[in-house]
Amino acid sequence: MSNKTIFPYIPNSVPEIQEAMLKEVGASDVMDLYEEIPKELRVKGMLDLPEPIRDELGIKRHIDKILSKNRNCNEYDNFLGAGCAQHYVPAVCDEIAGRGELLTCYGAETWADHGKYQIFFEYQSMMAELLEMDFLTVPCHCGGQAVSTAFCMSNRITGRKKILVPKTMTPQNLMIAKNYVKSAIEEQALIIEAVEYDPETGEMDLADLRAKLDDKTAAVLIENPNYLGVIESQGEEIGRLAREAGAEFIVYADPITLGVMEAPGNYGATICVGDLHGLGLHLQCGGAQAGYIACRDDMKYMMEFKELVDGVVETTVPGEIGYTVVLMERTHYAMREKGREFTGTQNNLWTAPIAVYLSLMGPKGMQEIGDTIMTKSQYAAMRFSQIPGVKVRFTGTFFKEFVLDYNDTGKTEAEIRQAMLEEKIFSGAALKEDYPELSECALVCVTEMTTMEAVDHMAEALQKAVQG
Amino acid sequence: MRRDYKTYLRRFHEAKWDEEIIFDLSVPGQRGIIVPAAEAQMVEAVGKGSSKIPQGMKRKKLPNLPEVHQMRVNRHFMRLTQEVMGADVTPDLSQGTCTMKYSPKVQEHTAARNENLIDVHPLQDVSTIQGILEIYKKTEEMVCEISGMDAFNFHAGGGAAACYEGACVVRAYHKSRGDDKRDEIITTIFSHPCDAGAPSTAGYKVVTLMPNEDGIPDLEAMKAALSERTAAIFITNPEDTGIFNPRIKEYVDAAHEAGALCYYDQANVNGIMGITRAREVGFDIIHYNLHKTFSSPHGGMGPGCGALGVREFLKPFLPVPRVEKDGEHYYLDYDCPESIGKIRTFMGNAHVVLRTYMWIKQMGAEGIREAAVCSVLNNQYLMKQVSKIKGVEVYYALGKRRIEQCRYSWNKLKEDTGFGTVDVTKRLIDFGMQHYWQSHHPHIVPEPFTLEPTESYSKDDLDEYAAILTEISRECYEEPEVIRSAPHNAPIHAILTDEVDDFDKIAVTWRQWQKRIQAGTMKDA
Repeated sequence: MSNKTIFPYIPNSVPEIQEAMLKEVGASDVMDLYEEIPKELRVKGMLDLPEPIRDELGIKRHIDKILSKNRNCNEYDNFLGAGCAQHYVPAVCDEIAGRGELLTCYGAETWADHGKYQIFFEYQSMMAELLEMDFLTVPCHCGGQAVSTAFCMSNRITGRKKILVPKTMTPQNLMIAKNYVKSAIEEQALIIEAVEYDPETGEMDLADLRAKLDDKTAAVLIENPNYLGVIESQGEEIGRLAREAGAEFIVYADPITLGVMEAPGNYGATICVGDLHGLGLHLQCGGAQAGYIACRDDMKYMMEFKELVDGVVETTVPGEIGYTVVLMERTHYAMREKGREFTGTQNNLWTAPIAVYLSLMGPKGMQEIGDTIMTKSQYAAMRFSQIPGVKVRFTGTFFKEFVLDYNDTGKTEAEIRQAMLEEKIFSGAALKEDYPELSECALVCVTEMTTMEAVDHMAEALQKAVQG
Repeated sequence: MRRDYKTYLRRFHEAKWDEEIIFDLSVPGQRGIIVPAAEAQMVEAVGKGSSKIPQGMKRKKLPNLPEVHQMRVNRHFMRLTQEVMGADVTPDLSQGTCTMKYSPKVQEHTAARNENLIDVHPLQDVSTIQGILEIYKKTEEMVCEISGMDAFNFHAGGGAAACYEGACVVRAYHKSRGDDKRDEIITTIFSHPCDAGAPSTAGYKVVTLMPNEDGIPDLEAMKAALSERTAAIFITNPEDTGIFNPRIKEYVDAAHEAGALCYYDQANVNGIMGITRAREVGFDIIHYNLHKTFSSPHGGMGPGCGALGVREFLKPFLPVPRVEKDGEHYYLDYDCPESIGKIRTFMGNAHVVLRTYMWIKQMGAEGIREAAVCSVLNNQYLMKQVSKIKGVEVYYALGKRRIEQCRYSWNKLKEDTGFGTVDVTKRLIDFGMQHYWQSHHPHIVPEPFTLEPTESYSKDDLDEYAAILTEISRECYEEPEVIRSAPHNAPIHAILTDEVDDFDKIAVTWRQWQKRIQAGTMKDA
C-alpha cells in the first residue's frame, strides 16, 4: 500500500483508481494532464501553506477555538443596529434554509428545481404584498447595492443625472452608491447631492428639497425610517414633489416596519428598495445582508432591473405551472456589456428563510412585531433619557432606533461605549465619523429581542458611567 | 451488487407534490407563530408603541400575507425543498463553469450554527470580534500564497461583483496617476459575461476578441486592439471551453506594454490550483469565487464570495475596512484615502470566508494540488467517455488536453435527429441528473453543453453520467417520442415557453399573476 493521503472529499485520490483513470486518458503521470501549461508557468514544488488539520474533529475544535475569541449578542446585551439589526429567527426558517437539497442546488431548470422557483416566486409575492408593489426580482447583495441600482435605473428612465439623497442617508449605502455612480467616462457619472435634515425632528428639510429639486433631478431618495431611526412623516409630500419635477421617488424601507407603517407603494414610491436582513436571517457578522428592489406593473421600470427573475408559465399539461426567465435580454448574461449593469451570484438562498418568515408571521404577526418593537424602543428611550445629561436627540417619531446625545454628560461617546462594553453591553453605534454635528451621540437599536432586563441593565450602566 | 451503468440505469422519480402556492393555503385567523409582546410594565409606561406613528405613515390596511398554521408552513416548504435537486442528492458534475464540489458538512454546521459567528454583530467593538478577524486575515494569507497576489478583499458577494470591484480598482488606479484617457477594456468572448458586464457598469467601453481555430483569443487581434485607451484586459483562463491558453504570458506582457492592467477572472481555477499561479503569469488583479473553488454551497445562486486579489501597488485602492494585525491584535483599518470605498455593506459574507478557511486548512498544500489534479483527471476521463457518444462533438483544439471542464456540442445530433441540447437536458432529470449547463451567451459552439466533473466525483459517478447521456442519445435516434414528451419523472412537465418578454404574460408575483388572470391574458393553475 502506498502512503499517499486519501482525501475523504476526493474519491479518486485512491492510487489504484487514479492509475486506471490515467491509463484510460493516455497519461502515465498526473503532470501529463497539464501538458498544455508551459513548464515555466508551473509552480515548483508545493505551495507554502500552514500545516493542515485533516481530521474532522480536529478542524471542528480548531475553528471553535478561534471563534471563541468572539463575543456574541446572546452573552452581551445588544443595542447595535445601524443597518444590521438583530431580530428573532423562527426555527422553521433555519430548518428550511439548512435543507441540503436547497442549500446545495444551483442552476437547474424549472422541471427539476420546481420547488426552488416556487420559493423565489413566493418570496417575491409576499414582499410585493408587504410593499404594495407588483414586481421584484430575486435579492441583490445588500441594501446599498439595491439603492445604487435604483439610482442607475432612475438615470436610465429619466435621462437625468442628479440624485437627491437625505443627508441622514445610511453612511455605508452612501459610500457604496458614491462609487457605483462613478464612470470611467467622467461625464457619464451621476451626481449625488444631499438634502438637509431638520435638526429638531431629524426628518427631511422640505425647503432645502424644494430648492434643490429641478428638471435635472433623476430621483429623490428617502429612507423610512431613516438611518437615525426617525420616521419620515412627510413621505407623501416628498413623493409628490419628486414626481411633479419628473423625478423618480425612491423609498428605502425597512420591511420589518411594514405591519404598522404605511407601505411605500401607498404613498407614491415609484421604486422601492431596502435590506432584507431582518426577515428570518441571523446577524452573521454582517454576512446575511440582501437587497430588494420593487416597482409597479410597468414595463418602463421592469425593463431596468438588473437581476434575474422567473415568472409563472404554463406547461404541456393543462392546469400545471412552471417558472421561466422573464425579460432575460435586460441582463448581462444575455447581453454581456450591453446588459443593465451586471448580475451574477447574489443571495438566492435567503429567499427561503424570508419566505418562511413572512408565511409564519402573516399580516397579524407583522403588525404585532411592529408594535412590540416600537413599544420597547420608546420605553428604552424614555429610560435612558431619564439619566442626567442623556437626551434623545430628535423629536421625530422613531421605530426601532434612536439617537442618544451624551454631550451634556461630560463624557465622550467613546468613553461611555467603553464603559458599557465592560458591563457586557454593546450600547450602540458611534455617529461622529459620518455626522460631525452628532459627535458624542450614539445610534441605539431596540428590537423584539431586547428584554426589559437588558434595557434596565443598560440604564443602570449608563447611570454609573455618567456619574463615574 | 455494484451496478454496471452500461446495462442498468437508475430508475429515478423526483418528488411531485403538486403543492399549492402559499396564498392558496391561507385560512383567515390561522397563524404560524406567536410574536413576543412588550413587557406589561413597558406598555404601562409608554402605551401602545405603534400609536405614535404619524397619521400619514400609519398602515391603513394590513398586508395581504397568507395566514397559515406552523405545521402547514413547515410542510409546505419541506415539500418544495423535496422538489429541488441539490448537489447533496445527485452529482452536479454537469454544471460546467460553476465548480460544483462537495461542501463538507462540518463547515456548514459551523457556519450556520456557531453562535460566535451567527449571533455576532459586525459593528461590535473590535476586541470582541478577534476570532472572525483572525479567520479573515489567515484566509487572506492562504489565498495570497495560492495565487501569488499580495492582498485580498472578501467583500464582494459573488464572482461578478468581484469583477465589478476589480473594474473600480482599475479605474481608481489610472485616475490616481492622472491617466484619464483609458476608457476601454478588452475581453474575450469565452471569458465570462461578467468580464464584459461588470467593467461596462464601471463605465468602460468593452472590446471583445473572438477565438482562433485553437479556441483561444487571437494574440495579434489583441495587440491591434490595445492602445493608450486600454485600461485593462479582463480575461478568463482556462476559458469555459476548458482550453488553457499556453501563450497567456504574451497577452499579459503585451497589455502591460500598452500601460494596461491585467485582470484574471479565476472562476475556472479549480484545475490549476497549486499547478500555476496568477503571479508568475504576471497578472495584477484577480478574483476567486470562494463558493466555487473553495467549497461553499451555491444556495441556488448565492450567498457566495468573490475574493479580489491584487498586487501590492493596487492594495491602497481596495474597499474599506481592511483587516490588519498589530502585534497580537487584529483591527479594522478605515484609513485608506485612495480606497474605492465600499461595494457591499460591512465585511461581506463572513460565513463563506469561514468555510474557505476550513476547507484550505483541511486540505493543506498537498490536498489542494490533489483536488486540482483529480478535477482535471476527471474531466479528461469524462471527455473520453462523452466524446464516444453518438451525436456529440468537441470543438477547437482537437487532440489537446483540456483542464477542468469541456464544452461539447450536440450539433451532429441536431442534424441527425432534430433534437438539440435543450431536448437532452429535459430528459436528464428522468435519470436523476438535474440538468447540465449549456453555455453562456452567445452560443458560439452550437447546441452546447458544458460539463465540469470536479474532484468531488468518483469514477462511478462519471461512468453513470456518461451512460445516461449515451442512453439519451440512443433515444433521440431510436425512440424520439420519449424525448419529445420529456421530462417524465419530474415534479412538472416541460414548459411551453422558454422566455417571457410579453407584458401580458409577465407574472413574477402572486398579485401580478392575479391581475393577468383577471385580464384574461394568463390562466389560473
